Amino acid sequence: MEKQQKIKSIVPTLNFEILSRREVIKIHEAALEVMAEVGVQFPSKKALDILEDAGCSVDRKTQVAKFPPKVVMEYIKKAPSQYILAGRNPDFDIHLDGNTCYLSTDGCGILVSDIDTGEIRISTKKDVERACLVADYLDEIGYIWGPSVSAQDTPAHLRPLHELEACMLGTSKHIQPETVISESVARYTLKMASLLTGGMEGLRKRPIFSFMQCATDPLGQDGGALEASMVAAEYGIPTGFMPMPMSCATAPATLAGNLVVTTVDALSPLVLMQIINPGTPVFFAAAPTAIDLRTGAYTGGGPEDYLLGGAFNQICQFYNIPLSMGAMATGAKEPNWQAGVDNVFSTLMPVLTKTAILTGAGMLNGSKIFSFQQLIMDCEIFNMTKKVAEGIIVNEETLALEVIKKVGPRGNYLAEKHTRKYMKDIWQPKVYDRTPYDQWLSQGKKGAYEIATEKAKWILENHKPMPLEKGILDEFSKIMAEADEILKGSH
Amino acid sequence: MDKEKIFEKMQLSILEGEPELSRELAEKAVNSGISPLECLNNGFLKGIEEVGKLYAKGDYFLPELVASAEAMKSALELLDPILKEQKTERKVLGKVVIGTVLDDIHDIGKSIVASMLVANGYEVYDLGVNVKASDFIDKVQEVKADVLGLSALLTTTMPQQKLVIEELQKSGIRDKVKVIVGGAPVTQSWAQEIGADGFAEDAIGAVALLKNLL
Repeated sequence: MEKQQKIKSIVPTLNFEILSRREVIKIHEAALEVMAEVGVQFPSKKALDILEDAGCSVDRKTQVAKFPPKVVMEYIKKAPSQYILAGRNPDFDIHLDGNTCYLSTDGCGILVSDIDTGEIRISTKKDVERACLVADYLDEIGYIWGPSVSAQDTPAHLRPLHELEACMLGTSKHIQPETVISESVARYTLKMASLLTGGMEGLRKRPIFSFMQCATDPLGQDGGALEASMVAAEYGIPTGFMPMPMSCATAPATLAGNLVVTTVDALSPLVLMQIINPGTPVFFAAAPTAIDLRTGAYTGGGPEDYLLGGAFNQICQFYNIPLSMGAMATGAKEPNWQAGVDNVFSTLMPVLTKTAILTGAGMLNGSKIFSFQQLIMDCEIFNMTKKVAEGIIVNEETLALEVIKKVGPRGNYLAEKHTRKYMKDIWQPKVYDRTPYDQWLSQGKKGAYEIATEKAKWILENHKPMPLEKGILDEFSKIMAEADEILKGSH
Repeated sequence: MDKEKIFEKMQLSILEGEPELSRELAEKAVNSGISPLECLNNGFLKGIEEVGKLYAKGDYFLPELVASAEAMKSALELLDPILKEQKTERKVLGKVVIGTVLDDIHDIGKSIVASMLVANGYEVYDLGVNVKASDFIDKVQEVKADVLGLSALLTTTMPQQKLVIEELQKSGIRDKVKVIVGGAPVTQSWAQEIGADGFAEDAIGAVALLKNLL
């Protein structure tokens, strides 16, 4: 039976380069030099042991591992270039094939723009589920990343487990948290996920769950995060690491230098994953940026972000491994002009360089506030980007000589069969407002934000995601109770 | 070289963010009989004041502020022990202990705040990252801090901020120090909930906050 592609993806046909081939190689070589001469801090004894065995030189006091170029290249070659991120519903499988771009949600916020009251309030477990529900409905969203918000009404030591449960209740798309940052929690979350795939081998074959981690730039990793992903690698579950180097603060002020740090921090943990389990699926990730020069703060968007966001995939293509690039996630505090500017640039650039995953839609204020409206409006941007990136097809049919000759001077093409045949290729807005002025006035100046609000409310009211099998929630409760006993009071 | 010229060089070493030069100038000056207090009041502190003015005007940017703060710290490292020996107090706007809480290793924001505070005339003790509550308490008591700054970047490490405040209460010194909190997931309502004295969203906010609190 043919599986219907229920997720909208982009296969860019435009050719766009920010870096030349030679420049990509220069950055790669610079990264190798840094990894060999300076090293990267891996604050985990387990990780250091493995790296040392594989030929890295390790300083146990500083916990810095130096990677000989030979070791890097030997192991990174083993990483697969193509694999799937599975959905509980196989229609939602993401095929990472090197040519296709997908959009995920962004996370992991702490506040929600309440859809009913407009109030900005602290996020809860219910919000996680509701965000996933809307994302489940929107075909622009390939998978759930984050999750969108933190379930702050749950105990900290169990939070990722609660978040996984909430995600599963809201969606049957693939789920990839960045919140699983200890080995013990990693094992519990994988245990929960494997209940839905008939065991760990089933989860490996169809990974409905994967891990992303944050690196600690420059030239460092987080110990708990490493050990969590080492569990993923052990079982062949996809994982990746996301540096967010900020030029002037945690990266050099120059963008090329930023790319060197980004490469080192994203690549070095993948080498570790390949040593642990050669051939285990991994991905690059990154959200490089520059500080605000006045305050030193994270900006959430600017020309540096757009350039770096586009350029890094060229480096990842050199290693032939898919990249999840920080996109959208504007610093604007409301779904306004600034949000639009940020999110168009930061989506278009990585798509034009054929980046596999854009992470992602739905957040404001530098990924702090989740907004249903922003999620829907971001999907609109993704749709427009799709149209642009898929370019202009020039062939006999599209040159339309026959119909041009037929219609002749001063005619029009409205009633032509050719028009009816190809008009559906023309982009249609879902939330863009194109109503005539007076109508717009009489409707109370309803714009994209208001239309998005209506859509979100409709989805929340009407959409039903694929339900979990009977008994699963009870099994989840059992696992969480066990985890509570073991993890409570430890840190 | 006449004193004025030396003081000018000291100011310049701060303005240009040259820590090695600041230290060198401080050392030479002290060795040639100029008092540490004079070095600070007429030299280095004047420099940092000028940096503050340039920053407020928009002519100086954060990286320059941080570099100036580094130079300031470097001069103080040499001069403070001498002042202590001489039992001379130098003018500080306040003493601040700052760090990132237990199990959290994110530090760039915290470091920027620390530099801003140095640049604005505070004495800062930066305890680094992954700091136990007891270490915060010990340092606060040791230096008789006026302010304790706690940074957290994860919703899961934020509870440490609450814990530290509770520990301060248990130690009976809660009323002796102002506690300020920060970090991306921290909000005004969280700060209020845990009984912190203040909250700021960025380094500039932190400086303004301290001016109000102290």
